[in-house]
Amino acid sequence: MHKMTENIAKETRRELKTLTGAQIFLECLKEEGVNEIFGYPGGVILHIYDELYSCDFIKHYLVRHEQGAIHAAEGYARVTGKPGVALVTSGPGACNTITGLANAYYDGYPIVVFTGQVASNLIGNDAFQEADIVGITRPCCKHNYLVKDVKDLPRIIKEAFHIATTGKPGPVVIDMPKDVLVNKTEFIYPEKIHLPGYNPTYNGHPLQIAKALNLLYKAERPVIMCGGGVIASEASEEIFKLAKVLNIPVVNTLMGTGGFPQTDELSLGMVGMHGTYWANHAVTNCDVLFAVGARFSDRVTGKISKFCCDAKIVHIDIDPCSISKNVPVDIPIVGDAKSILGDMLGIINPQEIQKKAEDKFCWIQQINEWKKKKAEPTVNSHKLNPLKVIEQIYEETKDKNPVIATEVGQHQMWTALLYKFDRPRNFVSSGGLGTMGFGFPAAMGAQVACPDRLVINVAGDGSIQMNIQELATCVHYNIPVKTFIINNGYLGMVRQWQERLFNEHYSHTVMTGPDYVKLAEAYGATGFRVEKEEDLIPTIHKAIETPGPVIVDFIVESMEAVFPWVLAGEPICNVLLCKGQNKCQKHNCDNCI
Amino acid sequence: MRHTLSVLVQNEAGVLSRIVGLFSGRGFNIESLTVAPTQDAEYSRITIVTIGDDGVIEQICKQLNKLINTIKVMDITGEGNIERELVLVKVAAKEEDRSEILRIADIFDAKVVDATPKTYTLEAMGDDIKIKSFIELLRPVGIRELVRSGKVAISREVQLMTTGAK
Ligand SMILES: Cc1ncc(C[n+]2csc(CCOP(=O)(O)OP(=O)(O)O)c2C)c(N)n1
Ligand SMILES: [Mg+2]
Repeated sequence: MHKMTENIAKETRRELKTLTGAQIFLECLKEEGVNEIFGYPGGVILHIYDELYSCDFIKHYLVRHEQGAIHAAEGYARVTGKPGVALVTSGPGACNTITGLANAYYDGYPIVVFTGQVASNLIGNDAFQEADIVGITRPCCKHNYLVKDVKDLPRIIKEAFHIATTGKPGPVVIDMPKDVLVNKTEFIYPEKIHLPGYNPTYNGHPLQIAKALNLLYKAERPVIMCGGGVIASEASEEIFKLAKVLNIPVVNTLMGTGGFPQTDELSLGMVGMHGTYWANHAVTNCDVLFAVGARFSDRVTGKISKFCCDAKIVHIDIDPCSISKNVPVDIPIVGDAKSILGDMLGIINPQEIQKKAEDKFCWIQQINEWKKKKAEPTVNSHKLNPLKVIEQIYEETKDKNPVIATEVGQHQMWTALLYKFDRPRNFVSSGGLGTMGFGFPAAMGAQVACPDRLVINVAGDGSIQMNIQELATCVHYNIPVKTFIINNGYLGMVRQWQERLFNEHYSHTVMTGPDYVKLAEAYGATGFRVEKEEDLIPTIHKAIETPGPVIVDFIVESMEAVFPWVLAGEPICNVLLCKGQNKCQKHNCDNCI
Repeated sequence: MRHTLSVLVQNEAGVLSRIVGLFSGRGFNIESLTVAPTQDAEYSRITIVTIGDDGVIEQICKQLNKLINTIKVMDITGEGNIERELVLVKVAAKEEDRSEILRIADIFDAKVVDATPKTYTLEAMGDDIKIKSFIELLRPVGIRELVRSGKVAISREVQLMTTGAK
């Protein structure tokens, strides 16, 4: 009797604690609060899939291509701020995640990617579906691990989620050999993390903060540049308050879209290659540039020697590497934007604010003058104009607080320019890497995270064909993403460069595609086509009201180009507003050729 | 300018490739590189000699620091620090040159670690300048093979200003 109870006690203890690597994997996800993952099975991770078969706390979405999984995980992370998770098999499965890793690394969003690996004893033997994933992913993720012993698995997973979500967020890869998933060990999820080499700075240096504030008090022509870091650190409220108290106009980078409300009178919209005339001129002529969570990419700065050359630059960033990397900074503040802006608001002196009120008033008047130089459609044809389509999408959806994803190209820039984003995490677009094919799976991930919201992917006819297979995923799980294809029959952005810079040689940029209405139907989704302006509004409404995934094919003018446009390598004040000289007289723009 | 960076890292598989990959991926130079565990086997010390202007060196240090496995990065360039390199040189040992070779070895405190009828192998240690002049002096007799260890460096104990009436 006694022996029996002892045995039972032993049994239960073993049942409770000794788990296989595959079981541990799921337990760790549970500990991290992960409810949804995107994945694709294969030989070496079948043990995990066998556990998923009966797992009731994790919902797995079977994508149609691993690239879809990883972009979906990023889309999920972008709208929630929580890490997205993807699970793929070894070799080809893992290799298919590279683009997505690079994308998340560049734009700084937290994802944790689990890849299967061949059994430890086969590593290095060129086994079937073996790839050196730790080697391949090293330069395109924040950190990666090869798990060598099942005992290390819980610690590694804990560290991975910590690294992915802290500091400047980013992707972390965990490569798990098959035997690690089979082997058993006692499962204990560690409580503490021991990473002696990893201590991101969150609190800004008080002296630097005071210096920055003093500079802003004295500024006569200040501009705030809101970057993606504002969104990552949830600092929208702080940046809004600061801009308002100090009465400073705000430009945003592509990644900072929505960090500051674009309908606010202080918002100047996007800066850079396709930035607004007034944003680019404000940045060029300012005396103090206050950059928050931006990394001064060449798409923002244009010709570096002419960028803000007379201004003092204050730069807040959590990543010390992005400070003074491209542009020398006068007052660097390493730390978390939310915390630093909060500190600034805490010590702000109302008397000081007033000192330059008059200068700032004049400055804003000057900016308002620049605001008259708005780019308008440059082609007048019987076809639908793509700008008109985007503006209408904005009008019809702005009250619904939608998530708007984009692919990459002209439609992306028009969306960034014409859709007014008032809240963070509502704009999901590939910035640093500029990945065509990102938008659709990212929108899918966003929709999984927010099942009750309206999620729209504004796509190009080129980009949408890069991950269109995910429509099957959307139909299968009833993920009701609305895809609006701005169908110009071209790789429009490239065509635009060819038009201006390569003598209209449209070399391999004509884009054909399927009949998207039929395609949608073939997948079991709904498709609409819009060719006439009068169908625009009703079809947008129909698309939004139709349950399930929808594709709308907007057949638009092919020759339209994105303006404002600063040619690569030019200073950002050289803003082109339209195509030819004759039309340009309207803008009184000396730069147009 | 030439800088010597001393990087303390966690002694884990793959750390060296992270560092080397960072240098090649970002177009930084590596002139020499040495790695070995420290007194605590959990950590390794990597000494890197690199070339770049101040901005580049700053970026290199920041990027090295950003690696999760990096504990500390120190720029220990210049006078205040102790730098050493080991060189093994196999030179042709012709009858008429032998005494000259031994004389050079003597000047540089080098040892003859191997001798064959045709060659001598010398071992010398020292800072950059010493190693370079040693090699230059041996060149005329005919260097058959030359192996350098790459530089290791250590900072001098900081002299704390504890005395003085100021
Ligand atoms: C994966 C990938 N390949 C190539 C490019 C280069 N590229 C940038 S925009 C663009 C054209 C995009 O065409 P489309 O999706 O139709 O959008 P449009 O510009 O016509 O709105 C290309 C090919 C890219 N950004 N990403
Ligand atoms: Mg197109």
